[in-house]
Amino acid sequence: MALRTLVSGKTLGALSRLHQQIRGLQTFTLPDLAYDYGALEPAISGEIMQLHHQKHHQTYITNYNKALEQLDDAISKGDASTAVKLQSAIKFNGGGHVNHSIFWKNLAPTREGGGEPPHRSLGWAIDQHFGSMEKLIAKMNTEGAAVQGSGWVWLALDKELKRLVIETTANQDPLVTKGASLVPLLGIDVWEHAYYLQYKNVRPDYLKNIWKVINWKYAGEVYEKECP
Amino acid sequence: MSWSCSSNYLCLSSSSSSSLIDSHELTRINNRCKLSCEYKELRRKDHDTTRPINICAYNGLKPPSHELGKWQRKKDYVLKKPNNISAYYSLKPPPYKFDALEPYMSKRTIEVHWGKHHRGYVESLNKFLEQDDLLYGCTMNELISVTYNNGNPLPEFNVAAQVWNHDFFWESMQPGGGNLPILGLLQQIEKDFGSFTNFREEFIESALTLFGSGWVWLVLKRNEKRLAIVQTTNAITPLVWDDIPLLSLDMWEHAYYLDYKNNKAQYANVFMDHLVSWNAALARMARAQAFVNLGEPKIPVA
Repeated sequence: MALRTLVSGKTLGALSRLHQQIRGLQTFTLPDLAYDYGALEPAISGEIMQLHHQKHHQTYITNYNKALEQLDDAISKGDASTAVKLQSAIKFNGGGHVNHSIFWKNLAPTREGGGEPPHRSLGWAIDQHFGSMEKLIAKMNTEGAAVQGSGWVWLALDKELKRLVIETTANQDPLVTKGASLVPLLGIDVWEHAYYLQYKNVRPDYLKNIWKVINWKYAGEVYEKECP
Repeated sequence: MSWSCSSNYLCLSSSSSSSLIDSHELTRINNRCKLSCEYKELRRKDHDTTRPINICAYNGLKPPSHELGKWQRKKDYVLKKPNNISAYYSLKPPPYKFDALEPYMSKRTIEVHWGKHHRGYVESLNKFLEQDDLLYGCTMNELISVTYNNGNPLPEFNVAAQVWNHDFFWESMQPGGGNLPILGLLQQIEKDFGSFTNFREEFIESALTLFGSGWVWLVLKRNEKRLAIVQTTNAITPLVWDDIPLLSLDMWEHAYYLDYKNNKAQYANVFMDHLVSWNAALARMARAQAFVNLGEPKIPVA
């Protein structure tokens, strides 16, 4: 497009998104946080939140949009090998976007209910499946600390078996890669970028402290929607 | 004749004469010697570390005659082997001061990366070895191959491989690094990648397209007899495929996050421009050529 050579780099991004939309391709944008970057202190520092949101999550979204555009190209041209080659980029970047979008909703400042344990059905379900909240937290922390390299630890609801499970996924694999009937209630990012600036290599400390800002209200809402 | 271990790890060394040790026993000592000699505190109390250790005593071998008491007959002298001596892996420091790589890799990063991560791996490895009789006593290469378990790694693999990987990584960097490789290594790179610029581009791209945690390596492939750039995830190392690594770049986030936050591209470029030790790579390449035949030697004509 000759038009592209005339515009500056900044508007190029907007133009390509416009281009994608004209073709009917859904583009993704960075969702806003419901709280300030510094609102989760001292559990998670403002610096980490800002980098995590504005840089990491944004990069996943940018690369996801790019990969989708390339996939769309490949599909419309009937280029099967390119389409298949792009799958890992889509799983990684798309998964990153999906996981982080859930993650931001899983966190809330303490004064807005972060850390407050769940009541009603989710609370009972936790007691039933794990014995107590403390046991659940201990188990999730153990699993989270044991993740090799980068990944996530999830508290999930198995829709079909109607039970709560704890799962871990590697890199940015979304939870469904561990089971098609799994619905994420809570996810904790154990990639090093999620805690390194504050906790350095002591991932267990990060896992211990993050429970103070976990938004159980959101988890309860998701649970009640699936298990009324 | 005095002997010393040429491997990277500390060894039990004997300052007393070992003239009574024949070559067969010497090999056995050298094999044992590949483990480092970091005694646990508990055992150190029983052992006088101010005197040089007489290796003969601990292997049931005949000690030098001048050390025998007059009531001991040389021929029948057999020391009961004490079974409370063990040797474990130690944390080897990088071959430069922590602030030597500033401003490209900060002192803080090395303090945490080496002092906490690498140290943690060594301690976990020693904890595993303490409990596992089968794995104790293996050389590092054996440990890595065995615990890799053909693709289904055992829990010990991660820590063992990471200990090795980090040792290798520190030695792959040097203060005042970067620039170009020289001599045979440059020739081989130009042969296998076209030009050094191509190689550099490919290496950096490999680093940037790695998903998750892992390493990027310049390896000499044994079977194909050529250099290649290899990406590995988490703790995996080209040793498990029996290839010979020449250089590595740690792409785990802990390696660059404190200095570069999420800017992987800058980190990879800085590594190539200012940190990479082509001297180390050259030395490794020279050694690798003893194992891989890279072509006919150049025979000078008259």
